Amino acid sequence: MSAPIRVSPSTEFARIMSVGSYRPERVVSNAEVCKRIDSTDQWIQERSGIRERRYARADESVCDMALAAAVVAVERAGISPAEVDTVILATVTHPYPTPSAAAEVAFRLGTAGAAAFDISAACAGFCYGVAMAQDLIRGGSAKYVVVVGVEKLTDWIDLDDRSTAFIFADGAGAVVIGPSAEPAIGPVVWGSDGEQYAAISMTQSLIDYRENGGERFPTLSMQGQTVFRWAVSQIAIAAQAALEKAGVSADDLDAFIPHQANMRITDAMIRTLGLPAHIPVARDIATTGNTSAASIPLAMDRMLSSGEVAHGGTALIIGFGAGLTYAGQVVHLP
Amino acid sequence: MSTEILDGLAAIVNEVAGVPVADVQPDKAFIDDLDIDSLSMVEVVMAAEDKWDVKIPDSEVKNLRTVGDAVAFIEKATA
Repeated sequence: MSAPIRVSPSTEFARIMSVGSYRPERVVSNAEVCKRIDSTDQWIQERSGIRERRYARADESVCDMALAAAVVAVERAGISPAEVDTVILATVTHPYPTPSAAAEVAFRLGTAGAAAFDISAACAGFCYGVAMAQDLIRGGSAKYVVVVGVEKLTDWIDLDDRSTAFIFADGAGAVVIGPSAEPAIGPVVWGSDGEQYAAISMTQSLIDYRENGGERFPTLSMQGQTVFRWAVSQIAIAAQAALEKAGVSADDLDAFIPHQANMRITDAMIRTLGLPAHIPVARDIATTGNTSAASIPLAMDRMLSSGEVAHGGTALIIGFGAGLTYAGQVVHLP
Repeated sequence: MSTEILDGLAAIVNEVAGVPVADVQPDKAFIDDLDIDSLSMVEVVMAAEDKWDVKIPDSEVKNLRTVGDAVAFIEKATA
């Protein structure tokens, strides 16, 4: 006969308690990007809405940026680092397959040996992390979870590739998710479409590079039209489903914070969703570029810090990217 | 060539990219003549798919250089 096993007491609800972000110091203009690619400031702005972006220093790592954002988030949550029992870090640019960036960040943050792991869901990574954090808390496995989205994409892009060089950039954003007296994170709508794995992928594997050499270190490549079509059609449907599952109508939203992939994708999604014009929409990409997993918390922090959106407001967040993967949910803002 | 499809396509191109309807003629190239960029082209294609209930895969989009190419494709697909 199986011995009876005690299980963790569950917690009913979880919420985002705080958000923090880190933007690298160096501002890189379109003019600077155009020194390496055949393009113009006007062309870049028309295609992407990007005016400038931030690049990390060569000696500034994924973990350094993640830590900087996490420190702010933990401070704002009003808890001590030792109370953080789980660190989930979403990235695709940590340059070590192992150990995880999360373990280093958990240590440097001053947690008391928090559970720590990375997730690889590209630009959807942050929303995957929010979903997992909420379930860990509700299931009784965690109390305070730091979810970080961080990327140093400049290490993995070809600055001479005119289809990607102007888009991607560096940065980090983090939230603390903890117990809540009332519902504050809606059901996640998530999934993947591995049939389209080539739409955003690396030019070759690191092993192929080592074995076959060649001049080109693996870099990120993207089929822009394919991604655009997928985002505008399928992701808008997922966003609508996230609203429905949460029982929230587009009219009830105080903010729409999609992954900052491209301003044109955001605009097309707004049209497909039929989002009312008065609802503030994250447009952080204009000065931040596309920072993949970091883009949603970076944009969230900016909207709250600037007063564009009130604390406690209701937001739809949705990430989508390589895999292809996507995840979105309705949340109450910290 | 179907004027109905041409007119419908012109309306879509106008809505997506603000190109005057009268400029959308069969001999005009989307990119070179009408200044439709690659992302707007995707929006035109998606709207055309909805309107005529056809599938225009990404692999086919690059073959649709002119408005006439697109009208011919849609004509064939709806025939």
